[in-house]
Amino acid sequence: MYQYDSYDQAMVDARVEEFRDQARRRMEGRLTEDQFKPLRLMNGLYLQLHAYMLRVAIPYGTLNARQMEALADIAEKYDRGYGHFTTRQNIQYNWIRLEDAADALADLARHEMHAIQTSGNCIRNISADHFAGAAVDEVTDPRPYAELLRQWSSFHPEFTYLPRKFKFCVIASAKDRAAMRLHDIGIRIVQNAAGETGAQFYVGGGMGRTPMIAPLVRDFVPIDQLITYAEACLRVYNRYGRRDNKYKARIKILVHELGAAEYTRQVEEEFAHLLSVGVEPPREELARIAEYFAPPTFRHPSESWDLEQLQSKAAGDPSLRWDDGFGLWVRRNTHPHRAPGYVSAVISLKPVGGIPGDATADQMRIVARLAREYSFDELRVMHTQNLLLPHVRIADLPVIWAALDAAGLAAPNMDTIEDIIACPGLDYCSLANARSIPLAQRISERFAESGRTEVVGELKLKISGCINACGHHHAGHIGILGVDRKGTENYQLSLGGSEAEDVSLAKITGPGFDEDGVIAAVETVTDVYLDARTDGERFIDTYRRIGMEPFKEALYG
Amino acid sequence: MVESRDLGTSPDEVQFRFRDDEPVDHGTVTVDSCCDQTNATAVRIEPGDDARLLLPFLDRLALVEVNFPSFTDGRGYSAARILREAGYTGELRAVGDVLIDQLSHMLRCGFDSFAPDKRLDEGDAARAFATWDNVYQRAADTRRTIADKRHEA
Amino acid sequence: MKILTGNDLRSGAVVWWNGSGWSLFVDDAVDAGDDSEEILAREEAARRVNVPYAIDASIDAGGHVRPAHIKDRVRALGPTVRRDLAVPTADKTGWDWVI
Repeated sequence: MYQYDSYDQAMVDARVEEFRDQARRRMEGRLTEDQFKPLRLMNGLYLQLHAYMLRVAIPYGTLNARQMEALADIAEKYDRGYGHFTTRQNIQYNWIRLEDAADALADLARHEMHAIQTSGNCIRNISADHFAGAAVDEVTDPRPYAELLRQWSSFHPEFTYLPRKFKFCVIASAKDRAAMRLHDIGIRIVQNAAGETGAQFYVGGGMGRTPMIAPLVRDFVPIDQLITYAEACLRVYNRYGRRDNKYKARIKILVHELGAAEYTRQVEEEFAHLLSVGVEPPREELARIAEYFAPPTFRHPSESWDLEQLQSKAAGDPSLRWDDGFGLWVRRNTHPHRAPGYVSAVISLKPVGGIPGDATADQMRIVARLAREYSFDELRVMHTQNLLLPHVRIADLPVIWAALDAAGLAAPNMDTIEDIIACPGLDYCSLANARSIPLAQRISERFAESGRTEVVGELKLKISGCINACGHHHAGHIGILGVDRKGTENYQLSLGGSEAEDVSLAKITGPGFDEDGVIAAVETVTDVYLDARTDGERFIDTYRRIGMEPFKEALYG
Repeated sequence: MVESRDLGTSPDEVQFRFRDDEPVDHGTVTVDSCCDQTNATAVRIEPGDDARLLLPFLDRLALVEVNFPSFTDGRGYSAARILREAGYTGELRAVGDVLIDQLSHMLRCGFDSFAPDKRLDEGDAARAFATWDNVYQRAADTRRTIADKRHEA
Repeated sequence: MKILTGNDLRSGAVVWWNGSGWSLFVDDAVDAGDDSEEILAREEAARRVNVPYAIDASIDAGGHVRPAHIKDRVRALGPTVRRDLAVPTADKTGWDWVI
């Protein structure tokens, strides 16, 4: 994985000192809160309900064991012993003191991490497919391109005061595991018929109060023009994105109002101009970065097992509890790997009744140790608020599972109704209208206790505590949106969303529910699905086939 | 002829200037006026103006002011780069809500003079102008980027 | 009644105006009445508190100060899902009214 050189290190070190100076000027009263707020936000420091919150970037979701241990240390030294992993491959600390923030940033910098541009109206952390470098179906590892974008976007002099925040996502396979088309710019790395590498640009997607699926703006940008094209997209947005209304300031509104064709025309014009100016990094830079992402040296398949061998060896071991323990976890939480004898193993941060995405410092250290011993010192933060050991030998799975199980990290529920994406909601967030976490806790308990999780199969449930949609409710097979109804929490149910390659936006079922009501409603819609499904149909497939009416009828009829 | 005396900043209001030539000592005209009249040498760009309208007239312009009514409105950064990319070599002055923490970015986008509404602390400003020893992106300042340095022969 | 709240500038902690300073405990909050605006401006300028604001509240039968809005009730106690991290107070009935 990527390692800082002295230039990268100097940049983050300088940024820490710059922020230390800004925080000092704020505490001395030389900056007003209005002046300081955008500066602290560009260093990831929010003021939330209970305290300052620090959002730390984990670029394209990749980190090593030492970095995960550093995150654990920060959780204990400056926070309350835990952190929250987010859908955009960040970690958030909920209880950071302003007077400690620069020290925490300095600790991050020592481990090649930062909180730069994790908030503010600038280019945010670049996210990527969490299976990058491991998935069987990818054209190439998308992370070198994400790192190139990270460097280009860091302290970009022209794009630091954009109309609104700006999120990039980079994938490199037909499958979309990163909600690529729900980003401001989604990039898919592709190869053309001639075998040349290039980038598809999807521009103007997003969730929030006006969810939109990004249209394709350019089918093939030659890879040595990637940065130039991104610069053109951003410049058109910086100049013409709306600044009169915060809620209409995202690029999706610009693309929508101009129309994708006119936006594209303007970008192409700017692109031609910028090609003549010459803003692309030297070609060798991409090659330099790519070397860091060279695949690890996988062992010969004869030194591992395939999944059948694993089953034959493990099924007879009662300590592994093949049917409902280890075997279930292997079936649910492992993902095919490009190297024979290997899989990627999902570490669920969704224990039944737990807080989605939260991990204690001790859990982070256990995960770090497993990465060091069994996954070439590599970890990923998943878009689904879980963690991932990207490269593990199938033969090592029993010992990995046992360690995870002992630490409460082995919930066998990837992509099930227990694998809920939930924003922090009104328990932590100053923007929220309703709580999200308690709903996630109760729904996962309800389905786990009744044994229906396994029966229902793949079902993506996503919960947001306000219209900003950090919990991706628009993109849930089932989505829940918390609203404030006359001072009490109320929840709107929606169905039919997806953030995968079959991307779609969910539709609201009808009037909202109270907390108990919406939990019952989730059960009701899964009842309708189970009654109506044909062989092999997922919830979303059945919904698409039978439409909203049968669900509405069951809910309100 | 548009009365232009009261539009724009005067040389007295310029706190930082990185040029050796004499500053223009008269006011600026709007972009519309600049396009309509043939003798204006100083113009003021508001955030909503299209800087590219000025490109036919760059030869005669000695001063372009870019107004930042609020520091959070970043359109002026693009305006500045567009002018420099087109070869404008005259004074490019950032005026308005210009604060310490925006100075280094403005410098990189091609501004070479600064007339903040509220005078800035000289020490803070000096630190801000010198913030980055190295930079990641190509910009109007034509500095060699980190990537350039990594791959120099 | 009107009570004043904000976050401590340096620590970020939720604080409540107690008539002479800022307390961590909502039960210490006092009615700021017509002086709210003046106190808020003065205290923010003095950098003792960040973005303070006035909210409606009442006092219940047990003598506890109860903010009117759910958001401020959560702020007064802490995250409902992490009661182990709650603001340490003697008010054992708080969780009954927060939602």
